[in-house]
Amino acid sequence: MKAFSINRHIVQRLGFSFLTLITTLTFVPVVWVILYIINKGAPAISWEFISGFPHDGMRAGGILPAIVGTIYLTLGTAIFSVPLGIGAAIYLSEYAADNTLTRLIRLAIINLAGIPSVVYGLFGLGLFVIFLNFGTSILAASLTLSIMTLPVIISTAEEALRSVPQAFRTVSISMGGTQWQTIRRIVLPEALPGIITGVILGLERAAGETAPILFTGAAFFLPRLPHSPFDATMALPYHLFVISTQVPEMPVQIQYGTALVLLTFVVIMNLTATFIRSRARAKRQW
Amino acid sequence: MPMVKISIQALSLQYADGTESLRGINLDIHANAITVLFGPAGGGKSSLLRCLNRLNDLTEVRTLAGRILVDGQDILDPKTDVIALRRKVGMVFARPVVLPFSIRGNLTYGLELAGERRKSRLDEAVETSLRQVALWDEVKDRLDDPAIALSGGQQQRLCLARVLALRPEVILLDEPTSGLDPISTGKVEASLQELKRNHTIILVPHSIQQAARVADYAAFFLQGELIEYAPGADLFTAPRDKRTGDYITGRFG
Repeated sequence: MKAFSINRHIVQRLGFSFLTLITTLTFVPVVWVILYIINKGAPAISWEFISGFPHDGMRAGGILPAIVGTIYLTLGTAIFSVPLGIGAAIYLSEYAADNTLTRLIRLAIINLAGIPSVVYGLFGLGLFVIFLNFGTSILAASLTLSIMTLPVIISTAEEALRSVPQAFRTVSISMGGTQWQTIRRIVLPEALPGIITGVILGLERAAGETAPILFTGAAFFLPRLPHSPFDATMALPYHLFVISTQVPEMPVQIQYGTALVLLTFVVIMNLTATFIRSRARAKRQW
Repeated sequence: MPMVKISIQALSLQYADGTESLRGINLDIHANAITVLFGPAGGGKSSLLRCLNRLNDLTEVRTLAGRILVDGQDILDPKTDVIALRRKVGMVFARPVVLPFSIRGNLTYGLELAGERRKSRLDEAVETSLRQVALWDEVKDRLDDPAIALSGGQQQRLCLARVLALRPEVILLDEPTSGLDPISTGKVEASLQELKRNHTIILVPHSIQQAARVADYAAFFLQGELIEYAPGADLFTAPRDKRTGDYITGRFG
Protein backbone atom coordinates (compact mmCIF):
# COMPACT_ATOMS: atom_id res chain seq x y z
CA MET A 1 0.00 0.00 0.00
CA LYS A 2 2.78 2.39 0.95
CA ALA A 3 4.58 1.93 -2.36
CA PHE A 4 1.42 2.94 -4.15
CA SER A 5 0.99 6.20 -2.30
CA ILE A 6 4.61 7.24 -2.87
CA ASN A 7 4.11 6.46 -6.50
CA ARG A 8 1.10 8.72 -6.70
CA HIS A 9 3.04 11.61 -5.18
CA ILE A 10 5.90 11.15 -7.62
CA VAL A 11 3.51 11.09 -10.55
CA GLN A 12 1.85 14.23 -9.20
CA ARG A 13 5.22 16.02 -8.94
CA LEU A 14 6.24 14.93 -12.41
CA GLY A 15 2.92 16.10 -13.79
CA PHE A 16 3.23 19.54 -12.23
CA SER A 17 6.85 19.93 -13.32
CA PHE A 18 5.92 19.02 -16.86
CA LEU A 19 3.07 21.54 -16.98
CA THR A 20 5.25 24.26 -15.47
CA LEU A 21 7.88 23.57 -18.12
CA ILE A 22 5.35 23.80 -20.93
CA THR A 23 3.92 27.05 -19.59
CA THR A 24 7.41 28.52 -19.32
CA LEU A 25 8.16 27.45 -22.88
CA THR A 26 5.20 29.40 -24.22
CA PHE A 27 6.31 32.45 -22.28
CA VAL A 28 9.95 32.45 -23.37
CA PRO A 29 9.51 33.24 -27.08
CA VAL A 30 7.26 36.21 -26.34
CA VAL A 31 9.77 37.77 -23.96
CA TRP A 32 12.59 36.92 -26.30
CA VAL A 33 10.95 38.61 -29.29
CA ILE A 34 10.16 41.72 -27.29
CA LEU A 35 13.67 42.02 -25.82
CA TYR A 36 15.24 41.34 -29.20
CA ILE A 37 13.25 44.08 -30.89
CA ILE A 38 13.89 46.55 -28.08
CA ASN A 39 17.57 45.74 -28.14
CA LYS A 40 17.93 46.18 -31.90
CA GLY A 41 15.43 48.95 -32.37
CA ALA A 42 15.98 51.25 -29.41
CA PRO A 43 19.10 52.94 -30.86
CA ALA A 44 17.01 54.14 -33.83
CA ILE A 45 14.40 55.82 -31.67
CA SER A 46 14.78 59.58 -31.54
CA TRP A 47 12.50 62.58 -31.84
CA GLU A 48 13.47 62.95 -35.45
CA PHE A 49 12.62 59.28 -36.13
CA ILE A 50 9.13 59.70 -34.73
CA SER A 51 8.36 63.17 -36.03
CA GLY A 52 10.27 63.32 -39.30
CA PHE A 53 9.64 62.29 -42.89
CA PRO A 54 11.68 59.53 -44.52
CA HIS A 55 14.32 60.58 -47.05
CA ASP A 56 17.18 59.11 -49.06
CA GLY A 57 14.85 56.42 -50.39
CA MET A 58 13.58 55.78 -46.84
CA ARG A 59 17.10 54.82 -45.72
CA ALA A 60 17.24 57.83 -43.40
CA GLY A 61 14.92 60.21 -41.60
CA GLY A 62 11.72 59.39 -39.70
CA ILE A 63 8.54 57.40 -40.07
CA LEU A 64 5.94 60.03 -39.19
CA PRO A 65 3.68 59.36 -42.22
CA ALA A 66 3.51 55.68 -41.30
CA ILE A 67 2.67 56.44 -37.66
CA VAL A 68 -0.01 58.96 -38.59
CA GLY A 69 -1.34 56.62 -41.26
CA THR A 70 -1.75 53.76 -38.80
CA ILE A 71 -3.56 56.07 -36.39
CA TYR A 72 -5.90 57.21 -39.19
CA LEU A 73 -6.58 53.65 -40.27
CA THR A 74 -7.27 52.55 -36.70
CA LEU A 75 -9.66 55.44 -36.10
CA GLY A 76 -11.31 54.87 -39.49
CA THR A 77 -11.80 51.22 -38.65
CA ALA A 78 -13.28 52.19 -35.29
CA ILE A 79 -15.79 54.57 -36.87
CA PHE A 80 -17.32 51.78 -38.96
CA SER A 81 -16.78 48.64 -36.93
CA VAL A 82 -17.63 49.84 -33.41
CA PRO A 83 -21.23 50.99 -33.94
CA LEU A 84 -21.96 48.11 -36.32
CA GLY A 85 -20.35 45.53 -34.08
CA ILE A 86 -21.99 46.68 -30.86
CA GLY A 87 -25.35 47.05 -32.60
CA ALA A 88 -25.16 43.53 -33.97
CA ALA A 89 -24.10 42.20 -30.58
CA ILE A 90 -27.06 43.87 -28.85
CA TYR A 91 -29.40 42.43 -31.46
CA LEU A 92 -27.99 38.93 -31.13
CA SER A 93 -27.86 38.94 -27.35
CA GLU A 94 -31.06 40.79 -26.48
CA TYR A 95 -33.52 40.64 -29.35
CA ALA A 96 -32.81 37.80 -31.75
CA ALA A 97 -35.13 34.84 -31.54
CA ASP A 98 -33.53 31.44 -31.82
CA ASN A 99 -34.46 30.77 -35.43
CA THR A 100 -32.86 29.91 -38.74
CA LEU A 101 -32.03 33.51 -39.59
CA THR A 102 -30.18 34.03 -36.30
CA ARG A 103 -28.31 30.79 -36.77
CA LEU A 104 -27.27 31.87 -40.26
CA ILE A 105 -26.04 35.22 -38.94
CA ARG A 106 -23.98 33.51 -36.25
CA LEU A 107 -22.57 31.07 -38.78
CA ALA A 108 -21.60 33.97 -41.02
CA ILE A 109 -19.84 35.72 -38.14
CA ILE A 110 -17.89 32.61 -37.19
CA ASN A 111 -16.84 32.09 -40.81
CA LEU A 112 -15.92 35.75 -41.18
CA ALA A 113 -13.43 35.28 -38.34
CA GLY A 114 -11.79 32.38 -40.14
CA ILE A 115 -11.13 34.07 -43.48
CA PRO A 116 -7.43 34.76 -44.19
CA SER A 117 -6.67 38.45 -44.07
CA VAL A 118 -5.31 38.60 -47.61
CA VAL A 119 -8.75 37.50 -48.85
CA TYR A 120 -10.23 40.54 -47.11
CA GLY A 121 -7.66 42.60 -48.99
CA LEU A 122 -8.81 41.24 -52.34
CA PHE A 123 -12.45 41.66 -51.39
CA GLY A 124 -11.80 45.27 -50.36
CA LEU A 125 -10.03 45.88 -53.65
CA GLY A 126 -12.99 44.55 -55.61
CA LEU A 127 -15.77 46.19 -53.59
CA PHE A 128 -14.46 49.44 -52.16
CA VAL A 129 -11.55 50.42 -54.41
CA ILE A 130 -12.97 49.43 -57.79
CA PHE A 131 -16.74 48.90 -57.61
CA LEU A 132 -17.53 51.77 -55.22
CA ASN A 133 -14.73 53.79 -56.76
CA PHE A 134 -13.15 54.91 -53.47
CA GLY A 135 -9.73 54.32 -55.02
CA THR A 136 -6.72 53.21 -53.03
CA SER A 137 -7.58 55.23 -49.99
CA ILE A 138 -7.82 55.44 -46.21
CA LEU A 139 -11.58 55.03 -46.61
CA ALA A 140 -11.33 51.80 -48.60
CA ALA A 141 -8.67 50.41 -46.27
CA SER A 142 -10.64 51.33 -43.15
CA LEU A 143 -13.77 49.67 -44.49
CA THR A 144 -11.80 46.54 -45.37
CA LEU A 145 -10.23 46.44 -41.91
CA SER A 146 -13.68 47.01 -40.38
CA ILE A 147 -15.13 43.93 -42.01
CA MET A 148 -12.17 41.94 -40.73
CA THR A 149 -12.54 43.36 -37.21
CA LEU A 150 -16.32 42.95 -36.93
CA PRO A 151 -16.39 39.28 -35.87
CA VAL A 152 -14.02 39.97 -32.98
CA ILE A 153 -16.06 42.93 -31.76
CA ILE A 154 -19.41 41.19 -32.21
CA SER A 155 -18.44 38.01 -30.40
CA THR A 156 -16.70 39.69 -27.45
CA ALA A 157 -19.45 42.28 -27.08
CA GLU A 158 -22.15 39.61 -27.23
CA GLU A 159 -20.35 37.63 -24.57
CA ALA A 160 -20.08 40.72 -22.38
CA LEU A 161 -23.80 41.43 -22.78
CA ARG A 162 -24.75 37.84 -22.01
CA SER A 163 -22.67 37.85 -18.84
CA VAL A 164 -24.96 40.51 -17.30
CA PRO A 165 -27.26 38.55 -14.96
CA GLN A 166 -30.66 37.72 -16.45
CA ALA A 167 -32.29 38.67 -13.12
CA PHE A 168 -31.48 42.37 -13.73
CA ARG A 169 -33.48 42.24 -16.94
CA THR A 170 -36.41 40.46 -15.30
CA VAL A 171 -36.52 42.96 -12.43
CA SER A 172 -36.37 45.92 -14.78
CA ILE A 173 -39.15 44.54 -17.00
CA SER A 174 -41.24 43.69 -13.92
CA MET A 175 -41.02 47.33 -12.84
CA GLY A 176 -42.53 48.57 -16.08
CA GLY A 177 -39.32 49.09 -18.00
CA THR A 178 -39.31 48.57 -21.74
CA GLN A 179 -36.74 46.25 -23.19
CA TRP A 180 -34.81 49.17 -24.63
CA GLN A 181 -34.81 51.05 -21.28
CA THR A 182 -33.49 47.89 -19.66
CA ILE A 183 -30.69 47.58 -22.19
CA ARG A 184 -29.86 51.27 -22.13
CA ARG A 185 -29.83 51.73 -18.34
CA ILE A 186 -28.61 48.39 -16.99
CA VAL A 187 -27.35 45.88 -19.53
CA LEU A 188 -25.20 48.18 -21.65
CA PRO A 189 -23.48 50.05 -18.77
CA GLU A 190 -22.70 46.78 -17.01
CA ALA A 191 -21.36 45.19 -20.18
CA LEU A 192 -19.43 48.26 -21.32
CA PRO A 193 -15.99 47.38 -19.90
CA GLY A 194 -16.14 43.98 -21.58
CA ILE A 195 -17.29 45.58 -24.82
CA ILE A 196 -14.49 48.16 -24.74
CA THR A 197 -11.95 45.42 -24.15
CA GLY A 198 -13.24 43.57 -27.21
CA VAL A 199 -13.20 46.72 -29.29
CA ILE A 200 -9.60 47.48 -28.38
CA LEU A 201 -8.46 43.94 -29.07
CA GLY A 202 -10.19 44.03 -32.45
CA LEU A 203 -8.71 47.41 -33.38
CA GLU A 204 -5.30 46.28 -32.21
CA ARG A 205 -5.42 43.47 -34.71
CA ALA A 206 -6.49 45.89 -37.43
CA ALA A 207 -3.61 48.25 -36.59
CA GLY A 208 -1.06 45.51 -37.08
CA GLU A 209 -2.42 43.98 -40.31
CA THR A 210 -0.68 44.32 -43.65
CA ALA A 211 -2.55 42.13 -46.10
CA PRO A 212 -5.98 43.84 -45.98
CA ILE A 213 -4.51 47.28 -46.66
CA LEU A 214 -2.01 46.08 -49.23
CA PHE A 215 -4.36 46.59 -52.21
CA THR A 216 -6.82 48.97 -50.62
CA GLY A 217 -5.02 51.92 -49.06
CA ALA A 218 -1.35 51.46 -48.33
CA ALA A 219 1.19 53.62 -50.11
CA PHE A 220 4.77 52.52 -50.74
CA PHE A 221 6.07 55.99 -50.06
CA LEU A 222 4.40 59.37 -49.56
CA PRO A 223 6.39 62.53 -49.02
CA ARG A 224 3.48 64.12 -47.13
CA LEU A 225 0.65 63.28 -44.75
CA PRO A 226 -2.70 62.28 -46.26
CA HIS A 227 -5.13 65.18 -46.76
CA SER A 228 -8.47 63.39 -46.94
CA PRO A 229 -10.06 59.95 -46.50
CA PHE A 230 -9.67 59.48 -50.23
CA ASP A 231 -5.86 59.68 -50.04
CA ALA A 232 -3.69 56.64 -49.82
CA THR A 233 -1.49 56.50 -46.76
CA MET A 234 1.65 54.93 -45.41
CA ALA A 235 1.13 52.57 -42.48
CA LEU A 236 3.50 51.00 -39.99
CA PRO A 237 3.03 47.31 -40.83
CA TYR A 238 3.21 47.83 -44.57
CA HIS A 239 6.15 50.21 -44.18
CA LEU A 240 7.94 47.55 -42.17
CA PHE A 241 7.31 45.04 -44.94
CA VAL A 242 8.58 47.49 -47.55
CA ILE A 243 11.79 48.46 -45.80
CA SER A 244 12.52 44.86 -44.87
CA THR A 245 12.13 43.36 -48.32
CA GLN A 246 11.85 45.97 -51.02
CA VAL A 247 14.62 48.47 -50.31
CA PRO A 248 18.23 47.41 -50.88
CA GLU A 249 20.91 48.48 -48.41
CA MET A 250 18.33 49.39 -45.79
CA PRO A 251 19.90 50.12 -42.37
CA VAL A 252 18.83 47.32 -40.01
CA GLN A 253 18.39 49.87 -37.22
CA ILE A 254 15.51 51.59 -39.01
CA GLN A 255 13.77 48.28 -39.62
CA TYR A 256 13.87 47.31 -35.98
CA GLY A 257 13.08 50.85 -34.89
CA THR A 258 9.90 50.72 -36.98
CA ALA A 259 9.03 47.31 -35.53
CA LEU A 260 9.54 48.72 -32.04
CA VAL A 261 7.19 51.64 -32.72
CA LEU A 262 4.51 49.28 -34.06
CA LEU A 263 4.97 46.97 -31.11
CA THR A 264 4.68 49.88 -28.66
CA PHE A 265 1.50 51.04 -30.39
CA VAL A 266 -0.10 47.60 -30.00
CA VAL A 267 1.16 47.08 -26.44
CA ILE A 268 -0.28 50.43 -25.33
CA MET A 269 -3.69 49.41 -26.70
CA ASN A 270 -3.43 46.06 -25.01
CA LEU A 271 -2.51 47.57 -21.65
CA THR A 272 -5.41 50.00 -21.92
CA ALA A 273 -7.78 47.07 -22.43
CA THR A 274 -6.31 45.22 -19.46
CA PHE A 275 -6.54 48.32 -17.29
CA ILE A 276 -10.19 48.95 -18.16
CA ARG A 277 -11.08 45.33 -17.52
CA SER A 278 -9.37 45.06 -14.14
CA ARG A 279 -10.80 48.36 -12.95
CA ALA A 280 -14.32 47.33 -13.97
CA ARG A 281 -13.92 43.99 -12.21
CA ALA A 282 -12.99 45.74 -8.98
CA LYS A 283 -16.04 48.01 -9.26
CA ARG A 284 -18.52 45.36 -10.36
CA GLN A 285 -21.54 44.99 -8.11
CA TRP A 286 -22.55 41.41 -8.82
CA MET B 1 -67.58 40.50 1.83
CA PRO B 2 -64.60 42.69 0.85
CA MET B 3 -64.14 44.04 -2.64
CA VAL B 4 -62.77 41.73 -5.34
CA LYS B 5 -59.60 43.24 -6.80
CA ILE B 6 -58.57 40.47 -9.16
CA SER B 7 -60.84 37.88 -10.68
CA ILE B 8 -59.18 34.88 -12.31
CA GLN B 9 -61.55 33.01 -14.59
CA ALA B 10 -60.92 29.59 -16.15
CA LEU B 11 -57.22 30.29 -16.47
CA SER B 12 -55.17 27.57 -18.15
CA LEU B 13 -51.50 27.77 -19.02
CA GLN B 14 -49.28 25.39 -20.91
CA TYR B 15 -45.62 26.13 -21.57
CA ALA B 16 -43.97 25.69 -24.95
CA ASP B 17 -42.09 22.59 -23.77
CA GLY B 18 -45.45 20.90 -23.15
CA THR B 19 -45.54 21.13 -19.35
CA GLU B 20 -48.95 22.08 -18.12
CA SER B 21 -48.78 24.64 -15.39
CA LEU B 22 -52.33 25.76 -14.66
CA ARG B 23 -55.64 24.00 -15.31
CA GLY B 24 -58.92 25.86 -15.17
CA ILE B 25 -58.17 28.14 -12.26
CA ASN B 26 -61.05 30.21 -10.88
CA LEU B 27 -60.08 32.53 -8.06
CA ASP B 28 -61.29 35.88 -6.71
CA ILE B 29 -58.64 37.85 -4.87
CA HIS B 30 -59.84 40.38 -2.32
CA ALA B 31 -58.54 43.92 -1.94
CA ASN B 32 -56.72 44.98 1.24
CA ALA B 33 -55.93 41.45 2.31
CA ILE B 34 -53.10 38.98 2.13
CA THR B 35 -53.91 36.05 -0.12
CA VAL B 36 -51.52 33.14 0.15
CA LEU B 37 -50.95 30.70 -2.73
CA PHE B 38 -49.37 27.57 -1.33
CA GLY B 39 -48.70 23.93 -2.12
CA PRO B 40 -45.87 21.66 -3.20
CA ALA B 41 -43.32 22.75 -5.80
CA GLY B 42 -44.56 22.56 -9.37
CA GLY B 43 -48.13 23.32 -8.38
CA GLY B 44 -48.40 26.42 -10.54
CA LYS B 45 -48.23 29.11 -7.83
CA SER B 46 -45.32 31.02 -9.35
CA SER B 47 -46.74 30.63 -12.84
CA LEU B 48 -50.00 32.18 -11.68
CA LEU B 49 -48.12 35.01 -9.98
CA ARG B 50 -46.17 35.73 -13.16
CA CYS B 51 -49.40 35.86 -15.18
CA LEU B 52 -50.78 38.56 -12.91
CA ASN B 53 -48.33 41.18 -14.15
CA ARG B 54 -47.70 39.54 -17.51
CA LEU B 55 -44.13 38.56 -16.68
CA ASN B 56 -45.07 35.28 -18.34
CA ASP B 57 -44.63 37.26 -21.58
CA LEU B 58 -40.91 36.59 -21.13
CA THR B 59 -41.48 32.83 -21.25
CA GLU B 60 -42.51 30.86 -24.29
CA VAL B 61 -46.08 29.80 -23.79
CA ARG B 62 -48.05 27.37 -25.93
CA THR B 63 -51.54 28.08 -24.69
CA LEU B 64 -52.87 30.66 -22.32
CA ALA B 65 -56.64 30.62 -21.99
CA GLY B 66 -59.12 32.26 -19.66
CA ARG B 67 -59.36 35.75 -18.26
CA ILE B 68 -57.69 37.73 -15.50
CA LEU B 69 -59.73 40.77 -14.55
CA VAL B 70 -57.92 43.44 -12.58
CA ASP B 71 -60.41 46.12 -11.58
CA GLY B 72 -62.69 44.63 -14.22
CA GLN B 73 -60.18 44.92 -17.08
CA ASP B 74 -58.94 41.74 -18.73
CA ILE B 75 -55.17 42.06 -18.54
CA LEU B 76 -54.60 39.12 -20.91
CA ASP B 77 -56.20 41.19 -23.65
CA PRO B 78 -53.51 41.97 -26.26
CA LYS B 79 -54.49 45.64 -26.10
CA THR B 80 -53.51 45.90 -22.41
CA ASP B 81 -50.87 48.52 -21.61
CA VAL B 82 -48.41 46.05 -20.08
CA ILE B 83 -46.10 48.76 -18.77
CA ALA B 84 -48.89 50.49 -16.86
CA LEU B 85 -50.05 47.10 -15.59
CA ARG B 86 -46.62 46.25 -14.21
CA ARG B 87 -46.46 49.52 -12.32
CA LYS B 88 -49.87 48.83 -10.85
CA VAL B 89 -49.06 45.19 -10.04
CA GLY B 90 -45.54 45.01 -8.58
CA MET B 91 -43.45 41.90 -8.05
CA VAL B 92 -40.90 40.86 -5.41
CA PHE B 93 -38.79 37.82 -6.26
CA ALA B 94 -37.48 34.95 -4.16
CA ARG B 95 -33.84 35.96 -4.37
CA PRO B 96 -33.24 39.62 -3.57
CA VAL B 97 -31.97 41.12 -6.82
CA VAL B 98 -30.59 44.57 -6.14
CA LEU B 99 -29.77 46.46 -9.30
CA PRO B 100 -26.13 47.52 -9.71
CA PHE B 101 -26.85 51.03 -8.43
CA SER B 102 -26.80 52.86 -5.12
CA ILE B 103 -29.55 52.33 -2.55
CA ARG B 104 -31.18 55.52 -3.81
CA GLY B 105 -30.69 54.48 -7.42
CA ASN B 106 -32.55 51.24 -6.81
CA LEU B 107 -35.51 53.10 -5.37
CA THR B 108 -35.72 55.80 -8.03
CA TYR B 109 -35.18 53.40 -10.95
CA GLY B 110 -38.83 52.58 -11.54
CA LEU B 111 -39.95 56.20 -11.35
CA GLU B 112 -37.19 57.29 -13.70
CA LEU B 113 -38.30 54.67 -16.21
CA ALA B 114 -41.70 56.33 -16.12
CA GLY B 115 -40.09 59.70 -16.82
CA GLU B 116 -40.08 61.24 -13.34
CA ARG B 117 -37.21 63.76 -13.13
CA ARG B 118 -38.20 66.07 -10.26
CA LYS B 119 -35.71 65.61 -7.45
CA SER B 120 -38.24 66.47 -4.74
CA ARG B 121 -40.59 63.74 -5.94
CA LEU B 122 -37.81 61.20 -6.15
CA ASP B 123 -36.46 62.07 -2.70
CA GLU B 124 -39.91 61.82 -1.24
CA ALA B 125 -40.47 58.41 -2.83
CA VAL B 126 -37.13 57.19 -1.44
CA GLU B 127 -37.98 58.17 2.11
CA THR B 128 -41.61 57.03 2.05
CA SER B 129 -40.89 53.63 0.59
CA LEU B 130 -37.96 52.99 2.95
CA ARG B 131 -40.13 53.89 5.93
CA GLN B 132 -42.82 51.49 4.74
CA VAL B 133 -40.39 48.57 5.02
CA ALA B 134 -38.74 49.90 8.22
CA LEU B 135 -35.41 50.36 6.49
CA TRP B 136 -35.17 54.16 6.63
CA ASP B 137 -33.39 54.40 9.98
CA GLU B 138 -30.90 51.74 8.97
CA VAL B 139 -29.81 53.30 5.68
CA LYS B 140 -30.75 57.01 5.72
CA ASP B 141 -27.11 58.08 6.19
CA ARG B 142 -25.77 55.98 3.32
CA LEU B 143 -28.32 56.25 0.54
CA ASP B 144 -25.58 56.69 -2.03
CA ASP B 145 -23.68 53.55 -1.05
CA PRO B 146 -23.89 50.56 -3.39
CA ALA B 147 -27.03 48.58 -2.58
CA ILE B 148 -25.09 45.32 -2.80
CA ALA B 149 -23.33 46.25 0.47
CA LEU B 150 -26.59 45.70 2.40
CA SER B 151 -27.24 42.42 4.22
CA GLY B 152 -29.51 39.83 2.59
CA GLY B 153 -32.48 40.80 4.74
CA GLN B 154 -31.96 44.50 4.05
CA GLN B 155 -31.61 43.78 0.34
CA GLN B 156 -34.95 41.99 0.26
CA ARG B 157 -36.65 44.83 2.12
CA LEU B 158 -35.03 47.23 -0.36
CA CYS B 159 -36.53 45.17 -3.18
CA LEU B 160 -39.94 45.49 -1.56
CA ALA B 161 -39.41 49.23 -1.09
CA ARG B 162 -38.35 49.51 -4.73
CA VAL B 163 -41.74 48.12 -5.77
CA LEU B 164 -43.56 50.36 -3.26
CA ALA B 165 -41.89 53.47 -4.69
CA LEU B 166 -44.04 52.96 -7.78
CA ARG B 167 -47.18 53.15 -5.60
CA PRO B 168 -48.60 49.86 -6.87
CA GLU B 169 -52.08 48.70 -5.95
CA VAL B 170 -51.23 45.00 -5.97
CA ILE B 171 -48.01 43.45 -4.65
CA LEU B 172 -46.96 39.97 -5.73
CA LEU B 173 -44.36 38.21 -3.60
CA ASP B 174 -42.79 34.93 -4.72
CA GLU B 175 -41.24 33.29 -1.63
CA PRO B 176 -39.74 36.62 -0.59
CA THR B 177 -38.26 35.32 2.65
CA SER B 178 -36.88 31.98 1.46
CA GLY B 179 -33.29 33.09 1.92
CA LEU B 180 -33.75 35.19 5.04
CA ASP B 181 -33.11 34.63 8.74
CA PRO B 182 -36.13 34.54 11.11
CA ILE B 183 -35.64 38.14 12.29
CA SER B 184 -35.56 39.55 8.76
CA THR B 185 -38.51 37.33 7.86
CA GLY B 186 -40.42 38.78 10.80
CA LYS B 187 -39.69 42.31 9.60
CA VAL B 188 -40.94 41.55 6.11
CA GLU B 189 -44.09 39.93 7.46
CA ALA B 190 -44.71 42.90 9.75
CA SER B 191 -44.35 45.25 6.75
CA LEU B 192 -46.91 43.18 4.83
CA GLN B 193 -49.41 43.51 7.69
CA GLU B 194 -49.02 47.29 7.47
CA LEU B 195 -49.14 47.34 3.68
CA LYS B 196 -52.34 45.37 3.33
CA ARG B 197 -54.28 48.38 4.57
CA ASN B 198 -53.65 50.10 1.25
CA HIS B 199 -52.61 47.26 -1.01
CA THR B 200 -53.78 43.92 -2.28
CA ILE B 201 -51.10 41.38 -1.41
CA ILE B 202 -50.59 38.00 -3.02
CA LEU B 203 -47.88 35.88 -1.45
CA VAL B 204 -46.34 32.55 -2.27
CA PRO B 205 -44.97 31.64 1.16
CA HIS B 206 -41.80 29.64 1.69
CA SER B 207 -43.36 27.39 4.34
CA ILE B 208 -46.78 26.23 5.53
CA GLN B 209 -46.05 27.94 8.85
CA GLN B 210 -45.62 31.25 7.11
CA ALA B 211 -48.78 30.61 5.11
CA ALA B 212 -50.72 30.01 8.32
CA ARG B 213 -49.19 33.08 10.01
CA VAL B 214 -50.00 35.69 7.41
CA ALA B 215 -52.93 34.39 5.36
CA ASP B 216 -56.20 36.26 5.34
CA TYR B 217 -57.16 33.99 2.47
CA ALA B 218 -55.38 30.86 1.41
CA ALA B 219 -55.43 28.92 -1.85
CA PHE B 220 -54.00 25.41 -2.02
CA PHE B 221 -52.48 24.41 -5.38
CA LEU B 222 -51.61 20.89 -6.43
CA GLN B 223 -50.25 20.00 -9.87
CA GLY B 224 -51.73 22.99 -11.62
CA GLU B 225 -55.13 22.80 -9.99
CA LEU B 226 -56.71 24.91 -7.31
CA ILE B 227 -57.80 22.37 -4.69
CA GLU B 228 -59.22 24.60 -2.03
CA TYR B 229 -59.69 28.30 -1.42
CA ALA B 230 -60.95 29.69 1.88
CA PRO B 231 -60.22 32.29 4.55
CA GLY B 232 -56.89 31.38 6.18
CA ALA B 233 -58.45 30.84 9.59
CA ASP B 234 -60.76 28.17 8.17
CA LEU B 235 -58.43 26.49 5.75
CA PHE B 236 -55.63 25.86 8.21
CA THR B 237 -57.85 24.68 11.06
CA ALA B 238 -60.58 22.82 9.20
CA PRO B 239 -59.60 21.99 5.60
CA ARG B 240 -62.48 20.56 3.60
CA ASP B 241 -60.45 18.64 1.05
CA LYS B 242 -58.51 15.61 2.25
CA ARG B 243 -55.48 16.55 0.10
CA THR B 244 -55.27 19.97 1.73
CA GLY B 245 -55.40 18.36 5.14
CA ASP B 246 -52.75 15.81 4.24
CA TYR B 247 -50.45 18.55 2.97
CA ILE B 248 -50.74 20.93 5.89
CA THR B 249 -50.30 18.14 8.41
CA GLY B 250 -47.14 17.10 6.59
CA ARG B 251 -48.33 13.79 5.18
CA PHE B 252 -46.80 14.69 1.82
CA GLY B 253 -44.93 17.55 0.14
